[in-house]
Amino acid sequence: MTSTADIAPSPGMPRAGLNIGAGLWPSSIAVAGRTVRKFVRTPQLIVFTTIQSAVFLLMFRYAFGGAIGTRSHLSYVEFLVPGFIATNILWAGMGAATGVADDVEHGFVDRLRSLPMPRAAVLIGRSLADLALMVWALAIAAILGFVVGFRLGGSVAEALAALGLCVVFGFALEWVFIAAGLVAGNAQAAQSIGLLITPLVFISSAYVPVQSMPAGLRQFGEIQPLTPMANAVRGLVTGPGGKAVLEHSTGYYVGLSLVWAAGIFVVFGFLAAVRFTRR
Amino acid sequence: MKRYGKTQALAGLDLVASPGRVVALLGPNGAGKTTFVRAVATLLRPDAGTLYVDGIDALRKPAKVRQVIGLAGQFAAVEEAMTGRENLEMVGRLFGLGRKQAKAAAARVLDQMQLTADADRLVRTYSGGMRRRIDLGISLTGTPRLLLLDEPTAGLDPGSRLQLWDAIRSLVAAGTDILLTTQYLDEADRLASDIVIIDHGQVIAAGTPEELKTRAGDDLIEVHVRDADHLPAVSGVLAKLGHDPHVDAPQHRAYVAVDDGSSGLMDALRVLDARGIAVEDISLRRPTLDEVFLALTGKPAQTTDTPAQPAGT
Repeated sequence: MTSTADIAPSPGMPRAGLNIGAGLWPSSIAVAGRTVRKFVRTPQLIVFTTIQSAVFLLMFRYAFGGAIGTRSHLSYVEFLVPGFIATNILWAGMGAATGVADDVEHGFVDRLRSLPMPRAAVLIGRSLADLALMVWALAIAAILGFVVGFRLGGSVAEALAALGLCVVFGFALEWVFIAAGLVAGNAQAAQSIGLLITPLVFISSAYVPVQSMPAGLRQFGEIQPLTPMANAVRGLVTGPGGKAVLEHSTGYYVGLSLVWAAGIFVVFGFLAAVRFTRR
Repeated sequence: MKRYGKTQALAGLDLVASPGRVVALLGPNGAGKTTFVRAVATLLRPDAGTLYVDGIDALRKPAKVRQVIGLAGQFAAVEEAMTGRENLEMVGRLFGLGRKQAKAAAARVLDQMQLTADADRLVRTYSGGMRRRIDLGISLTGTPRLLLLDEPTAGLDPGSRLQLWDAIRSLVAAGTDILLTTQYLDEADRLASDIVIIDHGQVIAAGTPEELKTRAGDDLIEVHVRDADHLPAVSGVLAKLGHDPHVDAPQHRAYVAVDDGSSGLMDALRVLDARGIAVEDISLRRPTLDEVFLALTGKPAQTTDTPAQPAGT
């Protein structure tokens, strides 16, 4: 039960040149350029993600904020905005899952895989593009934060460090969504998988102090990766007031976030690569 | 051969395509056409068997195969949010061309596909036929030695199909080798120099369109009657003249394969006349590929009368 096939072009005709294909870096950039253009030229995406962020922030700041205590002398807006910015990377990254699934479903990934380029560039390009989109989303989130009354308590250098941390963590998180998109294989399933992660946002210190949660939830909230992220950003941007709220030093949370980011990147990057190369 | 769980696809597909020709892989849905093209394009790795593309072992050196092929799929995998030109330039870059070369390749392909006038519009605004042409064009930016076309005209309206056929024919004239899959018999008939009919992952017939038509049988005598009630009688007469009589009641016709066409035709006329059966039309003709397909697979092929849903919106 074997099959054989031999497909050969005519020996007589002038042979077309071999296409040696692009290197890893140029092809990743070309693939990334396409994803960024797609985003920029699909106004619904930009408008929707911006509105989504804004609605979220406004709800917590004004609708729920009055009832939420911070268990410290930090005002709720000071407590909320750093958490909002830290978790914004998750909302921003979620688009990657549907984007990747869509490309698998509609043959774009196949087209790229049939080209003489390193196949890794398909995923690397994707992650680079999503990184760019994430920086944009972070900028929007920061601006919204200032609009609703947040004022920087720490130094500008600390604020930039916070954004840098968000970018690093966000890059790692992208791979969760890329892997999800590859596993799902179609956009709707990918969206559902993405939404499964949303409880992580709420059971963290992003919007409320985890100390206010019942036992069990609270322990989970303390160990999961978004809490150290939210706390690290909080420590970096709220100055002495924010640092006083935290159980550990800012450095501790920054370190823990980076460890989480490395772990997530390794595990989900590997999963995505395995899923991608299986054929 | 590819295993999907317990299902084996292409178990026992043996196929050698001659170089320098357009080979059409013809078969119904689920016959294994796309699976085969995906294997040739190294998108899918056969679990057993051998596959050589341009003399390259596709199982051992898939990356080398990708240097000589171009693939255009049944899904027009084109970025809608980019212009036709941008799509071509991007893929040109991925083929390893420099910036200038990629621009030149894009301009050449746009011209070849007669899309120059629409080059700088977003693909989103293209018609279904234009999408297929840009999709075909994308696979040409790297000047492949072998072009793989997976159902290139599925779901296109007749006008767009003709345009795409013209584009494919001009490629053939320029010396590109093509392996195309189709479920449209007329498409295989018009484009291909060799047709390989597959069903359930196996080759059931291969040859030039003419050879296949000959193999499926002899010439046919076809009789049209005005009154369908006469068909059984006509069929009875025809059955004595040849073999495998068929009755097509909705079309008011009956036909039979005969060894000696011209004398059979005379006999048929004489007997029908003697019985007083009013014949509207009688003819001697070669079998169509539809009939070849029916004879070889035992089921009718999908015809172009019922095209699939137009692809792309």
